[in-house]
Amino acid sequence: MPAIFPRWTNKIPLAIGVVAPLVGAFLIFAVWYWWSPLYTDMGYRPKQPVEYSHALHAGDMGIDCRYCHNTVEVSPHAAVPPTQTCMNCHSQVQTESPRLALVRSSYETGESIPWVRVHLLPDYAFFDHRPHVAAGVGCATCHGRVDNMVVVEQAEPMSMGWCLDCHRNPEPNLRPLDQVTNMNWDGSPEQAAYDATKDLERKRMPSPPVHCSGCHR
Amino acid sequence: MASKERDPLDPVRGRKLLVEGGPSFHDITEQVCTPVEQPGLAWWLAFLPALGGLTIFGASVFWLLWEGIGVWGLNNPVDWGWAIVDFVFWVGIGHAGTLISAILFLFRQQWRTAVNRSAEAMTIFAVICALMFPTFHTGRPWIVYWMLPIPNQMQMWPNFRSPLLWDVFAVSTYFTVSLLFWYVGLIPDLATMRDRATTKIRRVAYGIFALGWRGSTRHWQHYEKAYLLLAGLATPLVLSVHTIVSFDFAVSQLPGWHTTIFPPYFVAGAIFSGFAMVLTLLIPIRKWYGLEHIITIKHLENMAKIILLTGTLVGYAYAMEFFIAWYSGNPYESFAFVNRAFGPYAWAYWIMISCNVISPQLVWFKKIRRNPVALFILSIFVNIGMWFERFVITVTSLSRDFLPSSWDYYSATMWDVGMLVGSFGLFFTMFCLFIRYLPMIAIAEIKAVMPAANPHPPGDH
Repeated sequence: MPAIFPRWTNKIPLAIGVVAPLVGAFLIFAVWYWWSPLYTDMGYRPKQPVEYSHALHAGDMGIDCRYCHNTVEVSPHAAVPPTQTCMNCHSQVQTESPRLALVRSSYETGESIPWVRVHLLPDYAFFDHRPHVAAGVGCATCHGRVDNMVVVEQAEPMSMGWCLDCHRNPEPNLRPLDQVTNMNWDGSPEQAAYDATKDLERKRMPSPPVHCSGCHR
Repeated sequence: MASKERDPLDPVRGRKLLVEGGPSFHDITEQVCTPVEQPGLAWWLAFLPALGGLTIFGASVFWLLWEGIGVWGLNNPVDWGWAIVDFVFWVGIGHAGTLISAILFLFRQQWRTAVNRSAEAMTIFAVICALMFPTFHTGRPWIVYWMLPIPNQMQMWPNFRSPLLWDVFAVSTYFTVSLLFWYVGLIPDLATMRDRATTKIRRVAYGIFALGWRGSTRHWQHYEKAYLLLAGLATPLVLSVHTIVSFDFAVSQLPGWHTTIFPPYFVAGAIFSGFAMVLTLLIPIRKWYGLEHIITIKHLENMAKIILLTGTLVGYAYAMEFFIAWYSGNPYESFAFVNRAFGPYAWAYWIMISCNVISPQLVWFKKIRRNPVALFILSIFVNIGMWFERFVITVTSLSRDFLPSSWDYYSATMWDVGMLVGSFGLFFTMFCLFIRYLPMIAIAEIKAVMPAANPHPPGDH
C-alpha cells in the first residue's frame, strides 16, 4: 500500500513543537496588551465642541485647576465649569474670536456646551474626588500633565488594577496637601525629598479601601 | 421454560465467551466498520430528529440570551431549577462511561471491551450537554471566563472556596481526560479505518487522526501503558467529579442539602443513571446493526447487575436521609423530608421512589435481566427516576426552607423544557455523528478477548 502522506509531513510534529509555543506566547501578549485599557483607553482624545486648550489656560497662564473645576475638593464629581465661568473673562477677552462663538451663543441662549467626556468610569464604580484630593494625590498623578495638553487625553488606563496598585501602596503617589494642583511636582527635587510618613501637616496616613464596597457601592 | 439458558463457554479458559458465534478477526472488523462505511438510510431516521432537537436547543439558548434568565420559571426561593437539575443529570450520565472504561479496566473486567467505546462517547457528549447548563444558567454568560484564574487588568481572581468554581475545574478536567482516554483508545481503530478507506478524503482524515499508528510492538507497549495510566487517572476523577457536583448542594446550609452522605450517594446515583443510559443506547444499537454476538445478553446482564447494585445503594441513601432527618431532632431537617414525601412536590418524590428504588429490584429476576426489551424499558424508568432525584433534591429543598415567608412553588416554563429537550437533541446529534464516523466498538480490544487471541490454543498443554 502506498504511503498516504508524503515524507515531509514527518516534520509537522517538530514544526508544531516549535511554532505552538511561539503562537501561544503571541496570543497571550495579544490579549494582555491589545485587549487591556492600557491600549484601548489610554490616549483617548476626542474632538471637543470648543477648541479649549488646557496648555494655554493652566500651563501658560498658570490658572489653578480649582478655578474652573471648583467642586473637586467638596464633591465626588469634579465639575466641568459652566459657560458662566468662561464668560468671567471672555466677556472682556477675545470677545470677537470665532473660536468662542459657541461659548457666546451658549451664554445667550442658555444651551449647555456639549463637552465630550474623556475619563469615563462605568456607573458601577463610584469614584469620589474628595478623599483623593484630601489625601494629597495630585491631579497630575491620575490625569497626566494636563497643563501641557492642547487637547485633553486620557493619560492613565483607569483600570481596576491600576486603581488597586495605588490603593495597596499609596505612599509613592502622595504629596504635601498644598501641592495637589502643582503640575510641576512630579520629578522635582521636592518630590524626591518628600516622605509622606514624616509630613507633620498630615494627621494620619490614608488607608484606602481595597474591599468591594470601597467603590462598587 | 424448564431448561436454563446456558451461555457458550470459552474452550480454553472455561469462562463465558465474550464474543459469540465464533467469528474470525476479519469478521469482527467487517461487522464493526460496515455501519461507518455504508451507513444506510436508517441512520438518517435517527439523525434528523436529533437535529430537530438541536434546533430546539439553539432556539432556547437564543431566547434565553436575548430576553434574559427570567424566561425560565425560577423564582426567588427556587433560584436553581431545571438548569441545575439537567446539569447534574447529564454529568451523572457521563459517569458510567468512565466507570466502564477505567474502573472496569483496572478490575480486568474483559466484558467491558464490547461497550467501552460507546460508553466513553456517551460520557463526552453528556459532559458537553452538562457544561451548557452551568454556562447558560448564569445571568451573564458572556463573563463566565471570570470563573477562570486568569491574570487580568482588574487584578481579580475567582474565590476558590465555592464548589461552583470547583465544578469548573472538575468538569473541564473530566472532559479533557475523558476525551484523551477515548482518543487514545481510538487510535488503533482509526488506523484500521484508515487502512480500509476507499476514498482519498477518508484515507487522509482517518490518517491524520490515526497519528501514523502502525501497530508495532513498541507502539502497543506504549499504548497499553498510556491506557493504564489514563485509567488510573480517570478512576479518582469519576469519584471526585460527582462528589464536587454534590458539594454544590452539600456545602450549603439548606435543610435537605446539608448532608454528608451526598458525595458517595451522588456517585452511586451517577453510575446508576449512567448505566441506564448505556442500556438505553446500546439495546437498540445492537439490534439495528446486528451486533448481538458482540454486545451479548451477558453484557446487558452484567450492566443490569450494576444497576441493581447502585440502585440499591441509592435506595439505602434515601432511607438513611429520612432516618437522619428523624434522628437529628432538627425540626427543619425533619420538615424538609416530610415535605418531600407529603408536600406539594410529593408527586415528584414518589415518581423518584418508584423509578429508582422499586423498579431496579426487578433485576433480581433472571428472566428480566436477560430480556433486552424489559431492560430497555427499565433503563428508561431509571433515567426518568434519576432526573426526578435531582429535581426533588434541588427544588423541594429550596421551595420550603427556614422562613415560611419565603416559601414558593416552582414550575418550569416552556423554555426550561426547551433546554432539556434540546440538550437531548444536542446529545443525540453528537452520538449519531459518532456512530456515523467512528467505530462504535473497540475493534482492537475485542480481538484481544476472543479465544483466537489466546496464545495457548486448545490441546496446547
